[in-house]
Amino acid sequence: MATTTRPAAAELATTKRKRPWFIELYGTALGKKYVMAITGIIGMLFIVGHMVGNLKLYLGGDHLDVYGEWLRTIGEPALPRTVFLWLLRGLLITAVVLHIHAAWSLTRLNHRADIKYTNRRDFIAANFASRTMRWTGILVGLFIVFHLADLTWGAANGDFIRGAVRHNMVHSFRRPPVAITYVVANVALGIHLWHGAWSLFQSMGWNNPRFNQWRSWFAWAFAGAIVLGNISFPILIVTHAVTY
Amino acid sequence: MTLNLDSKIPDGPIADKWDNQKFGMKLVAPHNRRRFDVIVVGSGLAGAAAAATLGELGYNVRCFTYHDSPRRAHSIAAQGGINAAKNYKGDGDSVERLFYDTVKGGDFRAREANVHRLAELSVDIIDQCAAQGVPFAREYSGLLDTRSFGGTQVSRTFYARGQTGQQLLLGAYQSLMHQVDAGTVELHDRTELLDVVVVDGEVAGIVTRHLHTGAVQSWSAHAVVLATGGYSNVFFLSTNAKHSNASAIWRAYRKGAAFGNPCFTQIHPTCIPASDDFQSKLTLMSESLRNDGRIWVPTEFDDKRSPDQIPAEERDYYLERRYPAFGNLVPRDVASRAAKAEVDRGRGVGELKNGVYLDFSDAIARLGRDVIEERYGNLIEMYERITDEDPYKVPMRIYPAVHYTMGGLWVDYNLQTTIPGLFAGGEANFSDHGANRLGASALMQGLADGYFVLPATLANYLADRLSRPPVPTDHPAFAEAEAAVRDRTKQLLSTGGTRTVDWFHRELGKIMWDNCGMARSTETLTKALSEIPALRSEFEKDVRILGDGDSLNQSLEKAGRVADFFELAELMCIDALHREESCGGHFRVEHQTPEGEAERDDENFSYVAAWEFTGDGNAPALNKEPLEFEYVHLAQRSYK
Amino acid sequence: MDLTLKVWRQAGPGTEGRIETYDVPGISEEMSFLEMLDVLNDRLIVEGREPIAFEHDCREGICGSCGMMINGQAHGPQKGTATCQLHMRKFSDGDTIVVEPWRATAFPIVKDLVVNRSTFDEIIAAGGYISVTTGAAQEANLTLVPKAVADTAMDAAQCIGCGACVAACPNSAAQLFTSAKLAHLNLLPQGQPERWDRTVRMVGVMEQYFGSCTNHGECHEACPKEISLDFIAYMNRDYRKAIVKNRSLIAQP
Repeated sequence: MATTTRPAAAELATTKRKRPWFIELYGTALGKKYVMAITGIIGMLFIVGHMVGNLKLYLGGDHLDVYGEWLRTIGEPALPRTVFLWLLRGLLITAVVLHIHAAWSLTRLNHRADIKYTNRRDFIAANFASRTMRWTGILVGLFIVFHLADLTWGAANGDFIRGAVRHNMVHSFRRPPVAITYVVANVALGIHLWHGAWSLFQSMGWNNPRFNQWRSWFAWAFAGAIVLGNISFPILIVTHAVTY
Repeated sequence: MTLNLDSKIPDGPIADKWDNQKFGMKLVAPHNRRRFDVIVVGSGLAGAAAAATLGELGYNVRCFTYHDSPRRAHSIAAQGGINAAKNYKGDGDSVERLFYDTVKGGDFRAREANVHRLAELSVDIIDQCAAQGVPFAREYSGLLDTRSFGGTQVSRTFYARGQTGQQLLLGAYQSLMHQVDAGTVELHDRTELLDVVVVDGEVAGIVTRHLHTGAVQSWSAHAVVLATGGYSNVFFLSTNAKHSNASAIWRAYRKGAAFGNPCFTQIHPTCIPASDDFQSKLTLMSESLRNDGRIWVPTEFDDKRSPDQIPAEERDYYLERRYPAFGNLVPRDVASRAAKAEVDRGRGVGELKNGVYLDFSDAIARLGRDVIEERYGNLIEMYERITDEDPYKVPMRIYPAVHYTMGGLWVDYNLQTTIPGLFAGGEANFSDHGANRLGASALMQGLADGYFVLPATLANYLADRLSRPPVPTDHPAFAEAEAAVRDRTKQLLSTGGTRTVDWFHRELGKIMWDNCGMARSTETLTKALSEIPALRSEFEKDVRILGDGDSLNQSLEKAGRVADFFELAELMCIDALHREESCGGHFRVEHQTPEGEAERDDENFSYVAAWEFTGDGNAPALNKEPLEFEYVHLAQRSYK
Repeated sequence: MDLTLKVWRQAGPGTEGRIETYDVPGISEEMSFLEMLDVLNDRLIVEGREPIAFEHDCREGICGSCGMMINGQAHGPQKGTATCQLHMRKFSDGDTIVVEPWRATAFPIVKDLVVNRSTFDEIIAAGGYISVTTGAAQEANLTLVPKAVADTAMDAAQCIGCGACVAACPNSAAQLFTSAKLAHLNLLPQGQPERWDRTVRMVGVMEQYFGSCTNHGECHEACPKEISLDFIAYMNRDYRKAIVKNRSLIAQP
């Protein structure tokens, strides 16, 4: 060690000032992986809730609209109207921002550490999902912006009526390009979730030989359920199986 | 005889000698230790353990290895286990019995006092290693497990699957890296010793070459420890790692250190037979396999049937037949010679008829496949990878191969060579195994030397030199040695011949295997002594080494090592020729009992042959250290 | 069999490298991959061309010296096998075999197929040990180690430090190497006192040089000792605990 050429160590933090432990932790790659996992779990919980809510579409009538209105009233009367919803949104936005920031800085670290082979690699375990996380992630991110513009802000929806969830949804998904966008994006989300839902157990260190097999079953089941549930909306609407 | 071979064996009853010695030796006080520079060459069990312990004690240690990491030293490849007289199985083991077994197993050519110390320390080694976190095999109770090994009738071998050497070395390596981190040991990897420097009859330091940059550099120290392993690679095909070499001890020999019993080489009975001419090395299958495997050959000569077609009555379990008491667990030399006898008679098995069967079918029937897999799984996998045969279905084919060299630098009880300040530990010295080493004893000796003996005896040597700084590296002796090293490199590079280093090495190996291998005679040894110099002068004229000396040049490294092997090979043959007896791994066909067993001549050869360098072209001088056996009675070994 | 070999040749650390093609006829199935390279090197020397530099030593899969990327797979196509134990029977007549050195920023190339893996030693130096003063150890059987624990520690301790995990990882991460050593020591009762410091320090050094884990699992597939990904999870868990737990209470159940 002493006598040979060594690769230069990446710049160590020069400031000796003691920072709070969670900032220190976030400064490490392992810490960022915990953040990826925890924000991923938050995202997953949201996605499940979101899908379960949307499934009310199939109950017909104004079930979906009533549910949408209920979301704004959670916590009343202890909390004023929509405060809880905004807290939830705040948590989600923070999670998304951290998830993206951690992913971005880990990717940079990995690019610094890795040198590509001249010859084609023959991957054995690394699959399409694990190798395309950042691309499916970007795709999902762009989709979220579109999705908000379409069904929350209404800017991308020609006939947007605030509060009329079912109307907005059916109107939007009747447009075939939009329906296709939703399907594609949800497939990307499913791929992202499939690797993420397994990977988070590893990152968090939740490992027990007795249950390890369940982790991949869970990932399959979770990603599968989300994709099926979510793509059913545009498909059934664009084919007019579900109407206003 | 010109050397004063004072073995410095302490007085007193054998069981007290080491304690007496430790008490009698001088100490260096903790605050003074950093004033001493110590060089440790080699980072195997003995080297890493010594460097780590000396560093921990507070000496300024420099540790040199030619590997890219100390963890790659060849100790890593030891499979079977490490002996210790713990008597955990309650089967009658004791320090005395381990001592007795080792002296007897070594065919009465080892120094009693050293062996007894080794047996005493064996117990501490297990404690030390277990505390370091070496994952020894455990019983369900959580207690340490042991197994039995060749040459013994007790179960005293501790093991970590089939990778005991790896785990013990990693333990020592980790301690070494701990000291590197603590700043007490400076690690020099990829740095090979090319000469030992002696000033005024005492060691002054070493000269090294950095394998990646070619930089030749001098290092001075108060004391130098050589823990550079054995020289089995003189045979080209051996179970040693490809880079294992004798250059360090050979350079020391040329500078005045006596070489003890160079002809004592061990042929390991259970290796995978060579499969073709391109074979680059032989792979050992742990001797522990003999615990559950039965060795046999077909009774028919030239039997072409597949082994499962041969009925039990047409199989000759020759070890069980000839040695009913020990059966398949006779010592290595006995098992090896018996296998050679069968193959020479024409009963060899396999494509090239160069092996014998090692059969697990009875053990599988008795214990179940799971147990066998648990005990030997990784060895069996390795065998399958190499041969493409499945030992769970067909018997393994095995044949002896050169494995270990009991000979090495002559050292006194304190492990000091005949050059003051130059110490040798582990396989590099000749000390503890006599003419034959018992299985699972090499790891024991390496660690005993490194952890316990060298740190104590070095202090005794250094204590007198407190006021003396080491010889500075600008001393002319260093310049001279550096110049010689550079000249040698230049000469090798400029030979411009037609043949590769490997070609010469392979040829040398053939000469040695055929003439100075498992069976030796006046005729073969004389033949070898005429062939080796001829090949050597051919090497000097016709070797071809490309590239330069200022960067990584693997042919150049090899060439330097092979050049030293040529000289060592000659000394081995000279020693083998002079030792007119058979003992342990040294089998002279002229000296055997009517049953074909080794026949010692205790009257005339109960001594250590310590050879002294007398200059190039001169015959080496023989010095004798008589061996006295006060506690173990000289007897013809019998394993029947 | 007759083979075509495409090998990465690079004269020194800072110099440009390139793939060179060699015909290697008359190879026997019984040869190991390295013996095939020996044959080629012998021929190159006789022809006056510099032989290919590659690391090797024990040639029985335990020293961890050898290692090369063979047809895009670390240590070649046979699972659980180091390059030295890979035999030519795994290839067929007429094959073209591409051989590259390990590639990672942390493993700079020294020459041809030889890389510098000293960063692994640095990780070990940062805590990959249990401190025991030589000679001060207690009687070995006073510390009982349940068999399952000893077996799992051994599974981890088998690591030969060859670097295939880093080479195979698309991120050049060293989690498998680091976590194997951590698991070996952290699982055993003897390793408990230093467990948390060890984890933080070793991970710290690892992160200075290597990438992060994205749980591809390539490392496990490339590992000649088939070391399990479970150990990476154990490391992640221990690191989390090391940061969050009140260490003065850690001995309590």
